Amino acid sequence: MVPQRQLLSGDEAVALAAFDAGVRLGAGYPGTPSTEILEYFAQLGGRAQWSPNEKVALEVGIGAAFARARALVTMKHVGLNVAADPLFTAAYTGVSGALVIVSADDPGMASSQNEQDNRRFAAAAGVPMLEPADSQDAYDYTLLAIEVSERWSIPVLLRMTTRVCHSKTVVRPRAALPAPPEPDFVRDIRGRVMIPSNARPAHRRLRAKLAAIARWNEAEGPRRVTGQGRRLRIVASGVAFAHAREAAPEAAVFQPGMTYPLPVEAIRGFLDGAARRVVIEEGDPCLAEALRAEGIAVEAKPEMYRFGELDVARIRRILAGDTEPEPAPAPATPPRLCPGCPHRAVFEALRDLDCIVSGDIGCYSLGVLPPFEAMDTLVCMGAAVGVGLGMRATLPAEQARRVVSVIGDSTFVHSGITGLVEMVYNPPSTGHLVLILDNGTTAMTGMQEHPGTGRTLDHRPTGKVSFEDLARALGISDVLVVDPTVNPAGFRELVRERLAAGRLSVIIARRNCLLAAGRIKEYEKCDEP
Amino acid sequence: MSRSVTNIVVAGLGGQGVLKASDIAAEAAFRSGRDVKKSELHGMSQRGGSVTSDVRYGAEVLSPMVPAGEADFLVVLDADQVEINLPLLRPGGMLIDPARLEGVRLASRKSLNVALLGVLSVSLDLPETAWREAIATHLPERLHAANFAAFEAGRAAAGGHGGSR
Repeated sequence: MVPQRQLLSGDEAVALAAFDAGVRLGAGYPGTPSTEILEYFAQLGGRAQWSPNEKVALEVGIGAAFARARALVTMKHVGLNVAADPLFTAAYTGVSGALVIVSADDPGMASSQNEQDNRRFAAAAGVPMLEPADSQDAYDYTLLAIEVSERWSIPVLLRMTTRVCHSKTVVRPRAALPAPPEPDFVRDIRGRVMIPSNARPAHRRLRAKLAAIARWNEAEGPRRVTGQGRRLRIVASGVAFAHAREAAPEAAVFQPGMTYPLPVEAIRGFLDGAARRVVIEEGDPCLAEALRAEGIAVEAKPEMYRFGELDVARIRRILAGDTEPEPAPAPATPPRLCPGCPHRAVFEALRDLDCIVSGDIGCYSLGVLPPFEAMDTLVCMGAAVGVGLGMRATLPAEQARRVVSVIGDSTFVHSGITGLVEMVYNPPSTGHLVLILDNGTTAMTGMQEHPGTGRTLDHRPTGKVSFEDLARALGISDVLVVDPTVNPAGFRELVRERLAAGRLSVIIARRNCLLAAGRIKEYEKCDEP
Repeated sequence: MSRSVTNIVVAGLGGQGVLKASDIAAEAAFRSGRDVKKSELHGMSQRGGSVTSDVRYGAEVLSPMVPAGEADFLVVLDADQVEINLPLLRPGGMLIDPARLEGVRLASRKSLNVALLGVLSVSLDLPETAWREAIATHLPERLHAANFAAFEAGRAAAGGHGGSR
């Protein structure tokens, strides 16, 4: 029995709703703050799996939804960039079951390389978007997303933010949805094979669906209105709704649950006759722009509040028109590589050899901080290889010879493999060195499995991708596997020697993450027959 | 709003049990039938950096974050983190730091977080049974005895021994 009242994080609430709704398959790639959704879904008994990256996860979800299943795909905001290609065309094909795509945005960049606002993706792709403000919304809107997806045969974006994902609030689960039909293949060539002659009518169908959804959202879409006053009326979405109610208890506040397509007329009616009309939203001024385009005069926040999260204090400042510089946050203790972390030996070597380091995303990004300061670039997942090759291709030879690409194991699987193909296909004249830091887990996001560990999301044995075999199969002859912690001086000499060789080399620095090592041993014990 | 909502901030360094402490405090309020919101940032902060977590409870809680300068209680697990977090506390708010446990012998430093919750619990209007259930819910069984002892030690140090004030 599900208890009536639960204290859940937003991530857990999404997972519970998906489980209650009989979602057949959850797929995703770990990324803060979205990771816990699939982990909790699996704990509840749902079928959840990590994909090598978000593009593959979304494709798997599309396939499941073509097969008439309910599917959930989860990722952090930047993951949707990777998955954008299937997203834009899945909007055209539509789905036969349900497809809910969670985009977990990170305003303020608690653990991300940018703070892009993925509400832009909803409009760009033409996909409806729901925005929960707390865990109850996260639960309710996940169910609603499934209903909308099934009713209009369209993928639905559920946009979470760090504060919604990682805050725990009280949830009362509601009655489950009617069970979906069993998965079944029904041929629909014109609907699903997006050659131009099929895609042209598909685009028109998409716009007709969006118009119908907009009408429904105007009439009966999800929304909350609190307060009565006419002096100050606020439109706020996501967690900003909760902050705004607290910051301005005298105001009437409207929260549109579906922010694309926006219930413009409902908002026009709400704001009508108000002395002051303010839009409070984190990130880009998406709502303010959309309302102004419809001829609704609203105040948007000053530009300085585009940056970072909003909170009660900042909203009080916005409402007071305060654009004075904000007080600097207290100097916090920065994170660092754990004592005994195997990455330490690698970054000591790269620092001592004065390498130009093309870095990547993971715990090892901390190699940029003292005492190493051994990272020169970090752009996106997998960029270490391509960016390193670009620098090799153009720098003067004496600098080019110092360039090293450094990428973690999970990141390599995510999108480093194509970089390796590029290296074989367009080899720099000075050669190149790719260091794969294989610590046997996706450490940064909390020790998730990946195809290189040979274990599934719930740590059961499965097929395993061997990085060394893969690199050799691509035609790279100098592939070395070493534990950098055994002999750090020897590891440094190895890097020096490979850089001097002027050939294409891959060194796999393999040593289990200190935090994961115990667990990995336990899993390996269970793996034995 | 500030009249009816109790604001707690737990602070420290990654790995010290900040999030565990805030989970337990939120659970205790939840089990007491209150509306609760709990907020924190994971991610990079797990690698030994500064971590704070907010717990708010009352009849109705709106924002999940404690506004700076409005914390009624600031629980700090690391003496070096007190100064940077003090601005979070409201004037007249209560600082609960390791110094509050001077002279108290804990079986394990790892239960410092729960001992400080013991100190905190004496000043809150949540029943002791809710705290004990919350501790049991959020820690594995083999750690229960040590943490119940740490909780009691914290209560005793705060003058709330035996559940009476």
